[in-house]
Amino acid sequence: MYKLLLCLRYLRTRWIALASIISVTLGVATLIVVNSVMQGFTGEMKNRIKGTISDLMLESCSLSGMYDFDAHAERIMQVAGDRIEALSPMVAIQAMLYLRNGENTIVMPVDLVGIDERTQSKVSDFGKFLQHPANRRAMSFLLHEDGYDVRDHQAGDEAPPREPMAGAGWKHRREMARFREFQEKYLQRRQPQSAPPPESSTPPLSAPTRDPFAGRLPEEEINRFDPAAEQHAGIVLGMAMASFRTSDGVDHFRVLPGDDVKLTTVTVGQPPKDTSDNFTIVDFYESKMSEYDSKFVFVPIRKLQKMRGMWDPTTGVGWINAIQIKLKPGADGEAVRDLLRAAFSPRDYVVSTWRDKQGALLSAVDMETRILNILLFMIIAVAGFGILAIFYMIVVEKTRDIGILKSLGASSRGVMGIFLGYGLSLGAVGSGAGLVIGLLFVRYINEIADFIAWATGQPVFDPSIYYFYEIPAVVLPWTVFWIVCGALAIAVLASILPARRAARLHPVEALRYE
Amino acid sequence: MSSSTGVRGQGPGTRGRRSEVKGQGTEVDYLVTSESRIPEPRTPNPESQIPKSPNPRTQDQLRATNIHKSYHKGPVEVPVLRGVDMEVRRGEFLSIVGQSGCGKSTLLHLLGTLDAPDRGEIHYDGRRIDNLPAAERDRLRNHQFGMIFQFYHLLPELNTLENVLAPLMIRHGTWSYLARRRQFKCKAKELLEMVGLGHRLKHRPRELSGGEMQRAAIARALVTKPCLLLADEPTGNLDTSTGEEIIHILRDLNDRRNLTIVMVTHDRSIARQADRIVRLVEGRIAE
Ligand SMILES: Nc1ncnc2c1ncn2[C@@H]1O[C@H](COP(=O)(O)OP(=O)(O)OP(=O)(O)O)[C@@H](O)[C@H]1O
Ligand SMILES: [Mg+2]
Repeated sequence: MYKLLLCLRYLRTRWIALASIISVTLGVATLIVVNSVMQGFTGEMKNRIKGTISDLMLESCSLSGMYDFDAHAERIMQVAGDRIEALSPMVAIQAMLYLRNGENTIVMPVDLVGIDERTQSKVSDFGKFLQHPANRRAMSFLLHEDGYDVRDHQAGDEAPPREPMAGAGWKHRREMARFREFQEKYLQRRQPQSAPPPESSTPPLSAPTRDPFAGRLPEEEINRFDPAAEQHAGIVLGMAMASFRTSDGVDHFRVLPGDDVKLTTVTVGQPPKDTSDNFTIVDFYESKMSEYDSKFVFVPIRKLQKMRGMWDPTTGVGWINAIQIKLKPGADGEAVRDLLRAAFSPRDYVVSTWRDKQGALLSAVDMETRILNILLFMIIAVAGFGILAIFYMIVVEKTRDIGILKSLGASSRGVMGIFLGYGLSLGAVGSGAGLVIGLLFVRYINEIADFIAWATGQPVFDPSIYYFYEIPAVVLPWTVFWIVCGALAIAVLASILPARRAARLHPVEALRYE
Repeated sequence: MSSSTGVRGQGPGTRGRRSEVKGQGTEVDYLVTSESRIPEPRTPNPESQIPKSPNPRTQDQLRATNIHKSYHKGPVEVPVLRGVDMEVRRGEFLSIVGQSGCGKSTLLHLLGTLDAPDRGEIHYDGRRIDNLPAAERDRLRNHQFGMIFQFYHLLPELNTLENVLAPLMIRHGTWSYLARRRQFKCKAKELLEMVGLGHRLKHRPRELSGGEMQRAAIARALVTKPCLLLADEPTGNLDTSTGEEIIHILRDLNDRRNLTIVMVTHDRSIARQADRIVRLVEGRIAE
């Protein structure tokens, strides 16, 4: 009983000890915040990776790919059909994308992916990342009249609106067609004799001889194709290719659904030859992984097979590069992978899980979190030495009281208990305060970031870098539990030495102490 | 201070009444309850019986034989006690006098088992106590002895009432203490009233005068119903009249409750209030 009472009294009267515990508080708060934010980022990233690539992937090693998706699908279902939910074929190849942005043509290397729009959304979150609600329900490579999201449907209300998207679709396409018609007529009237080749107005970025829009489209093809009423094969562009985001979070669009782009890639023949075609943007893909959003374009698989000569016109069967596999919930990806590895010869096929493919990125983040945790725990350990020193002082100061207690019959263990309990309760107060501060900080992290940005004029969290509008933070109860336990343990460990000293004090020496 | 007059009024004038109170024995029962009996030693030690006195229980409550104690100052040995032989009889008020630095406090600490002698034995109720294990000695101090010091030695974090309750808190675990909290508080308040501190229950020691602190210390020493009170210069830090009041309280306890008291002092006039005086000279009892 006296232990409890004295503990509480020391806690109330010795403010210096509370000063030593502030470092524990700050350490605990920082640990909670860092872990929550890292967890938020990892979780977000994991979700996005899992959304962008399927659980399992069966890839062909050969350049021309594997022949006949249906035959392969059948074999896969034979091996592990009970654990598989969906399959989808895929053709992937590097390509050059030509975007027309005003008078300039932008060229960028892209990962061109041919997909089956009916099954693609079943094997990954592909559908969820599209900007037209109808496409999210059932993907189609046909351009919609209008109705594209003006607000980012994956973000909360904080995201600024994307006003240009209101005009996207057929509306935009007709407008652009009228504008080009007018422009052409106007140019012809002004310089009827020596009209300079249109490519002279394009920057040197695209070589004049290879300019896709100027040189390659024969007159009659343009005549035959009415851009105001027809579309090319559809293409889904990564959001980061179509737009760029300024640090205020506003997206500025270079192109919109309804605009045409041109793709150049290679055929599968030996030697490979280049092949190009026009596509009409039907939607944007926004996974919020900037790596994907700035790299991937999706076109109908059949169209790509034809372009690259991966299609046998006599049988109507094509070659594909890979099969994406979606597992049933709870199925063990590694086990299915091993089954498939056994069934498909490793000379011709590679089977990998999403972890195999993106594990390096995730483990890098994990490692960062671990290192941060170690460093922060060292801070708490330093705080532990502060507690040790201050406790020693308190024990020295309380020498006489210890003698009194012993003269009243308190045992050495009881005296030790007072100081251990004192350390524990200081640790509890410190880590409790840290817990509250940390959780509040995580709760209001975006408000705090905004405030700091406002106060310093320097943005803390730049949505143009991370492609989220807010800082993601996830509090894992177990992590918090272990952090608090660790802090308590350090406080108790730091009080063991002074408590032992107190317990060993000779009562007579202690009583003589003045 | 009117509440303390009841105690002070029965000063030395009541000495004659002492013998008849002792004969009744009821007050002894009040002080020596079943829970405050001396703990049985773990292993019966035949050597602990003093061969000299055939029935020590009836005669001497406390007995020190040939006590030696010396302090070590580096390599130099400073002998303080060199063969002290003394006994404290049940119910007597004994005063130990001697010059400053002659080892009175040292002797009292040895008697109270706060320290162990280098040589010699201490017997309490016929049982050897100087070589008991630490836990037994802690129990003995808590159950049988009450101690009062020159510098009061109250705990500065606790108020008067809590200071008085401290020995009971030490004796009982948290739950059994809380279960009987009210009863204990009543007892503590009663004792504080008795020493004239009924109106200072919530004061911290630093808000009390020296005399008040010493009264609180006396109440604390009595709350466990001890059989023996060891007082180390209880008046040493007080002015003469306050010291007188403290001695009256002790005197009264001895008279009315038959409490055995051993008091160390170097003040002759204070010492004269006791039944018997022993003098400590050069590390031995002289007389
Ligand atoms: N820890 C110690 N180390 C060395 N010498 C000590 C120690 N404690 C006490 N002494 C010495 O032992 C002697 C006796 O001390 P003690 O306190 O018992 O005297 P005292 O008779 O109580 O004196 P006073 O009347 O002043 O209280 C003193 O000379 C003191 O210097
Ligand atoms: Mg002394």
